[in-house]
Amino acid sequence: MVSIGVWINAFLTLCILSFLYKDNPFFRFAESLFAGMSLGYYIGLANQQTLMPNLFMPLFRDFSGSVVLLIPMALGILLYFRYIPRIAWMARLALAVYIGYYIGVMFLQKLHGEVLPQSRDTILQLRGIAGIDVLWNAVFIAGVISVLLYFYFSAEHKGVLGKVSRVGIWFLMISFGASFGYTIMARISLLMGRFSFLVNDWIRPLMGAS
Amino acid sequence: MRRTIPLVITFLIGLYPIFAFFVPHGSISGANDWLDSALVIVAAFALPLGTVNVVMTNTTKLKRKSRGWQYSIVLLAGLTVMAFYGLVGGTGVHPSFQWMFVNMVSPLQATMFALLSFYVASAAYRAFRARNVEATILLIAAIIVMMGRIPFGDMMTRGMMTPLSEWIMSIPNAAAQRGIIIGAALGAASMSIRIILGIETTYLGTGKD
Repeated sequence: MVSIGVWINAFLTLCILSFLYKDNPFFRFAESLFAGMSLGYYIGLANQQTLMPNLFMPLFRDFSGSVVLLIPMALGILLYFRYIPRIAWMARLALAVYIGYYIGVMFLQKLHGEVLPQSRDTILQLRGIAGIDVLWNAVFIAGVISVLLYFYFSAEHKGVLGKVSRVGIWFLMISFGASFGYTIMARISLLMGRFSFLVNDWIRPLMGAS
Repeated sequence: MRRTIPLVITFLIGLYPIFAFFVPHGSISGANDWLDSALVIVAAFALPLGTVNVVMTNTTKLKRKSRGWQYSIVLLAGLTVMAFYGLVGGTGVHPSFQWMFVNMVSPLQATMFALLSFYVASAAYRAFRARNVEATILLIAAIIVMMGRIPFGDMMTRGMMTPLSEWIMSIPNAAAQRGIIIGAALGAASMSIRIILGIETTYLGTGKD
């Protein structure tokens, strides 16, 4: 017995795959359903994981003890003032607090969490290790430096800088190729998962095979 | 004034986490932690803001009976039902919400991404033709990484593909990624300074008032 969930799952899978033939109403239906449900899913998630545990539940349980939570709530509501033209500018106040704080956090994260540790980890050992490791460490250091120089646009890329930045492009090409290969294999793995579902969870039970 | 006040707020609030990082006093980091948890709530309020735009766009399409208006009904119905069960579930997950996620959202998402493999493959054919050194390097790296992920690749090359693929991932790929990360992080940090100092103001919108 195939459950209704499996039938719906199979139908929607086939609707999306029908695009391989050409654009058609079944695909458009599944696409629109996906867009709507995904948005609804994230609303549900924001409610379950953020608003209920961090705002509404503490306010319902102990209002006077959680009164300070009315500040972020008010800031959140201020965001919607953009729909009232006369006071739309007030939405900027909430935006200013939100953007300001996360920009400050991002500044620290980028410098302290990315630039410094990544630079430190690039200072690799070139002596006292096995010969082949010396070579790979040298390749790694050359790769990082040449890619960084490729992104240096304050001087024209000619002469030594031009040659080094060309090596940087080769490293970037290897990286893009690797990322591409990785992405393709991940997508093919998803496709195999969908076909496996259609055959093993839908068609085989339907035909009476276990 | 309507732009100056938000700019002053951005400046003061933007400097606070940096100040708190360098002055790790209890009261200062306490206020910073509170800001951190409070602004998660503001972010959650911002999500329905995008939803309002989606609803407005699709209801306008419906009212005007624009081309494909029927699909707007599907989108709005999906959004309403999913959001409804997401909201009535409270802090827990409503069984219907979970059921719709497992049987509808998840397979739709997986198939949509799986579908892209066909189109990425055809785009790759056009992009990867070995016309110059760079395109050839990209092509070879992609083939090695793809072959290194499947048993067939090792079978064809007597086990050479997996180590070669791993070497590409851990040496030249990691080196290029590190260069990109450092460059992008420096760019993001400089953008942060521009926003904190009020040089970059596009996030406030283009209105003059």
